[in-house]
Amino acid sequence: MIQNGRVSDDGVKYVINPYDEYAVEEALQLREKHGGSVTVVSVGPARAAEALRSALAMGADEAVLISDERIESDEAGISYLLQAYLSKQAYDVILGGNFSVDTGGGQVAVRLAAGLDIPHAASITSLDIDGTAASVKRDAEGDTESLELTLPALFTAQQGLNEPRYPSLPNIMKAKKKPFQTLSLDDLGVDAAAIAPLTKRLSLSLPPERGAGQLIKGTPAEQAARLVELLRTEAKAI
Amino acid sequence: MSQSVLVIAEIRAGKLRRVSLEAVHAANQSAGGAPVDAVIIGSGIIPAASELAAYVSGKVYAVDHPELASYNAPAYLAAVKGLLDELKPGRVFLGHTAEGKDLAPLVAAHLGAGQISDVIAVSDSAEGSLYTRPLYAGKAFEEKAFAGGAGVVTVRPNNLPPAELASAPAEVVDRDYAPASDLHSIVKDVVRKAGGKVDLSEAKIVISGGRGVKSSDGFKPLEELADVLGAAVGASRGACDAGYCDYALQIGQTGKVVTPEVYIACGISGAIQHLAGMSQSRVIIAINKDPEAPIFKVADYGIVGDLFEVVPLLTEEFRKVLA
Repeated sequence: MIQNGRVSDDGVKYVINPYDEYAVEEALQLREKHGGSVTVVSVGPARAAEALRSALAMGADEAVLISDERIESDEAGISYLLQAYLSKQAYDVILGGNFSVDTGGGQVAVRLAAGLDIPHAASITSLDIDGTAASVKRDAEGDTESLELTLPALFTAQQGLNEPRYPSLPNIMKAKKKPFQTLSLDDLGVDAAAIAPLTKRLSLSLPPERGAGQLIKGTPAEQAARLVELLRTEAKAI
Repeated sequence: MSQSVLVIAEIRAGKLRRVSLEAVHAANQSAGGAPVDAVIIGSGIIPAASELAAYVSGKVYAVDHPELASYNAPAYLAAVKGLLDELKPGRVFLGHTAEGKDLAPLVAAHLGAGQISDVIAVSDSAEGSLYTRPLYAGKAFEEKAFAGGAGVVTVRPNNLPPAELASAPAEVVDRDYAPASDLHSIVKDVVRKAGGKVDLSEAKIVISGGRGVKSSDGFKPLEELADVLGAAVGASRGACDAGYCDYALQIGQTGKVVTPEVYIACGISGAIQHLAGMSQSRVIIAINKDPEAPIFKVADYGIVGDLFEVVPLLTEEFRKVLA
């Protein structure tokens, strides 16, 4: 529903982006194989804490929410904030979702890799790490590309990478006690002007209603003949 | 806007992709009569560069090098960086394809530019060009504009018309490429699975199968119909998960987004994730046994029936009328 030019969130339950869930699962599996720790980071309003809590319940070690009422950023600003945080951290692997199912920009992670000046592979369906070498397969419009990258590197998760685990009840309880940090622009030393949006939304609309379709009746032979006729005469499509 | 406008064109299997000409169309529209340049990257690309030149009003820059034969992010960025620094384009246009989606944010980061992804329409306004894009898997649309600085746009294939021929072919300018010595990302291998005769994301007609096709053999009637119509064959996630076909055919939120003139859904129930990949098609036809299937809600024409009976009959009918 659209109200006052915005999508109304009445009755909406916000959940972690499904592609981000693959990323969290992959991080947990890497930790199980190679050791280390998993930190989940998000830029967003207070409600984004829910997504971070579910990642903690899946098994992540700690969470960081970058949240500030001065953040009105688009993808460029969000990746800048992540860069500001990450450039002060030690990391080997950064994982993110392939894109957000809400806004579908698919920019933040790749911009972040560019900002941190590390290699990336987007839309991966498998990841193997040996020392500082990563071998990945990535989905490119149905083709499969095999890549080798040197860590530290960034990857975005495509469906098929893994099956995300469900948080167990004990882990949901444990998650409440895990470290959870909230950072403001001041904490990051970022000036609001540096993350001013580079794009702006001028309007939001619903897709035009598709006219009621017509059901074609009759025997299969009659249906097939009628459909071909309608496609040629009425829809002028074939 | 007096700044330069650049299209980064794309090649697939040696051929210029049509979405690149659609990107030229979008670039022409936002350039408002100013010349539009294009750059094309690859190996053995001179024929494609000449083809592109016919549609481009400015110059076509060709970066031709054996190491650029297949897409690699750092190599392709290195191939255009010099040109970006020289031209300082105010707008850059690419296709919203596997390559374009990956390269665009790198270009935007290099230019310090905003990016508007997956654009399906461009319109003019007092604030400059407005770019329409879908949100929430096509359940809403937003119109966006750039705030004032440089901007990068990716266009969804098959939604904008291709550019018309320019008044005279553009000059093709060769650009040198110096291979980077310290690439931290190397492409080892590319397995082309999407080897159909017709590129799915650019096809005018798509015949798609779901769980209702029941087996990989069940795709045969769909393939026969596709042959008669010059169409591409696609599939729902259900059919891919069941192992009836390769994931390369998957249409939906994951997988490919298609916008053909005609979309024929055979044995597909119409989950929201599937609709996200095809609901912008001009004419949608649903063939399904279940009259309650949600696909009928978006279909212009529906046939409640067995696809194994109806599809071969359709093939026969089209053969007759197209002969």
